[in-house]
Amino acid sequence: MSITSTARSWIPGPRALAIGVPFVFLLLFFMLPFLLVLKISFAQSSMTVPPYMPLWGIEDGKPVWLWTVQNYLTIFSDDIYLSAYINSVRVAFFTTLICLLIGYPTAWLIARAKPLARNLLLMGIVLPFWTSYLVRVYSWIGILKDQGLANSLLLHLGWIDAPLRLMQNTLGLYIGMVYSYLPYMILPLCAFLMKMDPRLPEAARDLGATPWEVFFTVTLPLSLPGITAGSLLVFIPCVGEYVIPELLGSSQDLMIGRVMWSDFFNSIDWPLAAAATCLMVALLLLPMVWFQRLQSRGGVAL
Amino acid sequence: MNAKPLLKKASSALGEDGFLQVQSVSKQFSSATVVSDLNLSIRRNEFFALLGSSGCGKSTLLRIMAGLETPSQGRIVLDGQDITDMPAHDRPVNMMFQSYALFPHMNVRANIAYGLKREGRPKVEIDERVAEVLELVQMHSHARHMPAQLSGGQQQRVALARSLVKQPKLLLLDEPMSALDKQIRQKTQFELGNILYKVGVTCVMVTHDQEEAMTMADRIAVMSEGRIVQIGSPEQVYETPATQFAAEFIGSTNVFAGVLADRRGQMVCADLEVPLDLGEPGPDAQMGQAVQVSVRPERIRMQLAVPDSKVPPANAALGTVAQIGYMGSYTLLYVTLASGRTLVVNVPREVMMGFERAPDYDDTVLLQWSSRSLVRLA
Repeated sequence: MSITSTARSWIPGPRALAIGVPFVFLLLFFMLPFLLVLKISFAQSSMTVPPYMPLWGIEDGKPVWLWTVQNYLTIFSDDIYLSAYINSVRVAFFTTLICLLIGYPTAWLIARAKPLARNLLLMGIVLPFWTSYLVRVYSWIGILKDQGLANSLLLHLGWIDAPLRLMQNTLGLYIGMVYSYLPYMILPLCAFLMKMDPRLPEAARDLGATPWEVFFTVTLPLSLPGITAGSLLVFIPCVGEYVIPELLGSSQDLMIGRVMWSDFFNSIDWPLAAAATCLMVALLLLPMVWFQRLQSRGGVAL
Repeated sequence: MNAKPLLKKASSALGEDGFLQVQSVSKQFSSATVVSDLNLSIRRNEFFALLGSSGCGKSTLLRIMAGLETPSQGRIVLDGQDITDMPAHDRPVNMMFQSYALFPHMNVRANIAYGLKREGRPKVEIDERVAEVLELVQMHSHARHMPAQLSGGQQQRVALARSLVKQPKLLLLDEPMSALDKQIRQKTQFELGNILYKVGVTCVMVTHDQEEAMTMADRIAVMSEGRIVQIGSPEQVYETPATQFAAEFIGSTNVFAGVLADRRGQMVCADLEVPLDLGEPGPDAQMGQAVQVSVRPERIRMQLAVPDSKVPPANAALGTVAQIGYMGSYTLLYVTLASGRTLVVNVPREVMMGFERAPDYDDTVLLQWSSRSLVRLA
């Protein structure tokens, strides 16, 4: 055993660094804040700054527990939370589904296009990211409102007699959601479809598969990892989405992001908002773990 | 190399000519002509190889036969039926793809059953035929494996089984050996050949490897720039190459360019001190006509020159040894002539052993060849 080998064991290798750096990053900027939120979710609300009590304190020289599960009980007993959760998941699910139905053919066409056209199309998908998300959602108000672009055009063409209600309802909500999250579906799908060996669909054709059979027996199963990745990238942020339902949706379509916002900023009940957040994370972890397992099983087959 | 491998069919085993006909087929991609007015007739049960370097149009021609490309002009006729406009999935043609293109999400069995399922065959028949063809390629013990779990050679056999199970009238092989290690290639060539011989199917193979074409094919078409340069049996193509391209693509060779000096077949070449004696110059030969001849390296005899030795009156040259390569069964020598021209000479092992002193670098050697070894090129 020499000094150098002892010293070397203290210097992290490239493998340790590659895993360690993102690990430390996630620990500092994801795990610690989340633990903070988790802690607050068990605290009692108060009119102090910050607006919650410590989990334990000293009273008459004796330590006392001040933590409570009341926030969680409130959430479970108040129908508004349950319906907001269900609504969020439903909106996220249908947004993902619509994104998939629009995104898959789009990605397929982009992947099959000639290199120049493909780059232009990909740029078209990425370009909106150069503008602020908030600005893009606001600009939809200009398009969808009663005197907006869409209604003016339809009135001008004589297709309608009175302005259609395109926003502040479920339709507006979905237009905004699908518009904002579609690129997250298209890009991973494109990546998977582009790297697929073009000989595989050809081999299927050669063996007697009609174009539809080629799609359903070869192309679609082989792009499942891309579908999974895209669906996760759309579904997860959709569940917690706040801005789009607020600006384009109706008050009927109450989503959990809106409830947390009002708990946090309107009622200044941080513990309750924190508990709602923790439950949402748990709710999101379930489909994620399920997808991960699905993908790792698919990975063996691939 | 000239010995005919055992697996080949006697020519009587071949069926009628014109089983597969390629009639004036051309293919243009935007401005480039990849296949140019090509005609080909292949016999039933023949193993036919399209040989050429990359970009010569051989793969495009194969894809046209499979229906994966449509020809710009021309027709494809298979067994009396014009299949030019028939979509790929309806053609009685199957292809073994380069690097096999096995479906990675299906096991061996499902890969092979895929084509039969598309035909809507009953399950019992599918099982039976898959088992049969798995037996043929000796992969029955791997039926449940995924393609990624198989070695290159095993994948190749599965791919072969998959393309044979539908009993196609025409089997297409796209570079069948290119994904295999060099060590197992030769063995696999014979195995594949034997299986195809047993099945008795008409085959068109695309390859850039002349040895592969010569070992496996009954006939070879040498292709260059979208055209067929020469068609013939491996012996014909090797022994009597039609053009300089064919001569140089198949094996190595020495090509002499010169003019005919008289009607008896004497040819003068600037690279050589003495004329070449072509023996029979051919009926159309004219004095002063420019000609090219080829002589294979193994057809040149070499001996160490004695001091002040004279060059014989024809078909000979003096030169110095510039490179020596020991190849086992023969020794490869590069001999530089006084004109600066370098000739390739293969000296068989037994001849090398017979020399009193083995030729060394810078030795002066005398090279000679017979009129019969000279092949006139077009």
